[in-house]
Formats: sequence, C-alpha cells, structure tokens
Amino acid sequence: MQVKSKIIDEKDLQRTLLRLAHEILERNRGTESLALVGIKTRGEYLARRLGEIIHNIGKKPIGLGFLDITLYRDDLRELSSQPILKGTEINFNVNGKKIVLLDDVLFTGRTVRAALDELVDLGRPASIQLAVLIDRGHRELPIKADYVGKNVPTSLIEQVKVLLKEVDGEDAVLIVQLEEG
Amino acid sequence: MPISSRHLLGLEGISKEEINLILDTATTFREVLERPIKKVPTLQGNTIVNLFFENSTRTRISFELAERRLSADVVNFVVAGSSVAKGETLKDTARNIEAMKIDMVVIRHPSPGAALFLSRIVNANIINAGDGTHEHPTQALLDIYTIREKFGKLEGLHVCIIGDISHSRVALSNIYGLQIMGARVSVCGPKTLIPKDIERLGVRVYNNVEEAIQDADILNVLRIQLERQDHSFFPSTREYHKYFGITKERLDRAKKPLTIMHPGPINRDVEISADVADGANSLILQQVLNGVAIRMSVLYLLGTGEGK
Repeated sequence: MQVKSKIIDEKDLQRTLLRLAHEILERNRGTESLALVGIKTRGEYLARRLGEIIHNIGKKPIGLGFLDITLYRDDLRELSSQPILKGTEINFNVNGKKIVLLDDVLFTGRTVRAALDELVDLGRPASIQLAVLIDRGHRELPIKADYVGKNVPTSLIEQVKVLLKEVDGEDAVLIVQLEEG
Repeated sequence: MPISSRHLLGLEGISKEEINLILDTATTFREVLERPIKKVPTLQGNTIVNLFFENSTRTRISFELAERRLSADVVNFVVAGSSVAKGETLKDTARNIEAMKIDMVVIRHPSPGAALFLSRIVNANIINAGDGTHEHPTQALLDIYTIREKFGKLEGLHVCIIGDISHSRVALSNIYGLQIMGARVSVCGPKTLIPKDIERLGVRVYNNVEEAIQDADILNVLRIQLERQDHSFFPSTREYHKYFGITKERLDRAKKPLTIMHPGPINRDVEISADVADGANSLILQQVLNGVAIRMSVLYLLGTGEGK
C-alpha cells in the first residue's frame, strides 16, 4: 500500500468540521431537537468533535450517540471472520429527533443503509440527514449525503484513509493505492 | 481474536480469550435486548434447528428467543412425538437434518458426547445445550457473565457449587469455565452426590454447608432432581433441606453477604428457601436475562464469518 497524496491535514479538518457545523445549524435552524449519531469507528470521533463545535456555536448541548452497524451488515456471511462488536450507544430517545448521521467516508452506501435500518429499530426519528467527511463516489445504493466535507473522485484501486488523533495519533486524509493483484 | 472452533461443545480446553470474547459480545446483545425493537437482522437466512432429546422448557425457550432475535429461521425438534420414538438413530436424524440444509444445530441429549458425535457427522455448527452429565457450556457462560457483571472480574472470587454434583453438567461446565477465568471453585453436597475424584479438577469439597458459606463469595445452588430420591442418593427432600438447604438463617451467620445463583427451575424450600431465592442478593432472574444475550453471542460468533 502506497500513499499517493494527502488531501486534508489537521488545519483543513478543523475548518471543514466548522463549515459542516454551520451548514447543519443553518439547515435545521438551530439546535432544537437536533442530535448527532456517529457510525463507529471513526464517525464516532467526528461526531464528538462536531458535537462540541455545534455546542459552542449554538450554546446548547445536543444529543450525541454512536452506532455499531455490524449486526446490520449485509456481508456477514461472506466475511472470513466475524468482526468484533463494539456496541451501539444511543442514550437519548430518538423519537421525534432530527438526526444527523455522521461517517468518515461515503463509498458504496451500504454502511449508511445498515445505519438507517438500525436507527429505525431504535424508534421513529422526525428526520435523518447524512453528513460525511469524504464522498468518494462509486455508490451501489441510491444514497446521497446532505453535508459533504470534500468530494474526492477516486478509482476503485485507490483507498481513502481518514486518520484521526483519537485512534491514529494524527489528523489527515490520505489517498492510498492498493497493491495490484 | 475470532473463536477458534466451529462448534461450542464444552468449556473444557477453551481459552480465556475466547470466553472473554463471548462475554464482551454478549454485552452488545444486552443493549439490543433493551431496545424497543429487540431484534437485529444478523442471522437472516440462517436456519437453526433446536434438537431436544430431553425435556427442557427454559433452555429451549432461551435459545429460541436468542435465535429469533437474531432473525434466524427456527425449527424445533422435540423428542416426544418425533421419529426418534420410532427407533431412528441420532445419526439418521442428523443426516435428515443435513438434507434439509440446516446451518446450525442446538442439541440437548441424555448421552455424554452426543454433541461431539453430531459435530463429526454433519456440516452444521453444533452448540451443546447439555449432553447427559457432561457439559452445558452456555449455562456456565451465562453464570460467568452474570458474576462478571456484578463483580467486574472473576479473579480471586470463590464460587461454591452446592447440590448434586455427580449428575450435573452445569457443575462441570462451571468448574472448567470459572477456573479458566481465574476464580476459585469448590463444591458442597451429600457424599453420595459428589464424584469421588473431583479434587483432581482442583476443586475443594465441603461436606458441611456452614463451612462453605463461611468461605465462599458466591453460592451457585443446583436444582435437586427429585427423581434422584428414588435412587436413594438422599433420604428425603426434607432431610436435604435440613442439611444442605440455603436458608436465610444460614446466610445470616456468614461473615459477609453472599451472592446467590441458581440455574433454575427452583424447588422452593428444598435446595433454597423462598426468601433467599427472592432476596436482594439473588441474581437468579438476572441469569435468565443474561442467558438470552449469551446465547445470541454464541450464535453470532459461530454463525457468521468463515465465508459461510
């Protein structure tokens, strides 16, 4: 695996999250009934950061939760070994909430499909919107993000790696080339 | 770390890491059981047969609930009224099940080794739900989970298993599992119901229940199977209660409050008095709830992955 380019650094990430926070507040006209739900692993940390920014701007804390969508995946039979469950943590009632789902990379759309299914099993939100840091294209399902940090056209032999301090020790988004064959 | 076997036949020889994986995975399912919709689509399209050659309402219902909450298709095969009564062997039953494209089999059978035998002749994943007097691994796992949930760890705790140890697969699985997890295990009961060489497994034997209560942190009280009385293992249930019954009076004499567990179903005022079973230190209903989560965990770990 070889790094082709760094498309976002630490400063860029801060600015992007700040813009996403403003867009979310603008579209929803404030923090009323608003809640952020990050998809594990990296969506969780993005949601924590975005939640803090929105709290600072809106002066009010908003609902924050995290989804582990493993139990809703459509490829559990194909995997060579089962993924470790990390657990869903949604400690607020989702009924009537305007939920902004957050993930690091939007690719095939299958993760978002699983997250939508899990969310509706938890209750009946007023609405669900989707925010992603990177949209790399190649959708396999009719899913579109409401808020996009950066659109990055990619080829299928490339991979988008989002690195976050909380798990990776640094903040960056890299395009890497997968080994051939 | 994935689970190393395709089957769960017993806890003998399983690793601490595997037990921890099963327990940690069960924690996720405990959360699912608190949701408004207590069901996830994880095992959609998998068919599981519950193959019960012995009566067991509780274990079967617990497994069936776990299977349905993972969205598996469930078939129950209970011995009464089945072709087994017409003389079909376990092998033929298994072959038939295989022909019906079953993914997993949960088996309860009166013969020790039945689950192992089945795992050798069919392709499905096998879960042992009790094979004779041998093992009942999911019961021990849910006991361990329940203890860990209350105490945070197993290391250094002393669990005393009280009752009919000779005929108990719950006791044997608990001894293996608890020791792997670092707990100290002892047993207590009438001499006629304790295997002669049980010390070889590293467990201490108490013939006096008062002594056991002084030393232990947790009592796992086994059900006294009333049919054993016919074989003169003990003179009467009244006498059993007098010498080995867990009563409030006995527990009040202990140095510290003891945690009480029981795999169910309870014979009230035989092996355990009603006030103890319903008391504040009893984890009996918690065990029932955790049983579903543990079984979901085992089904998930065996039923997914490996490119099925």
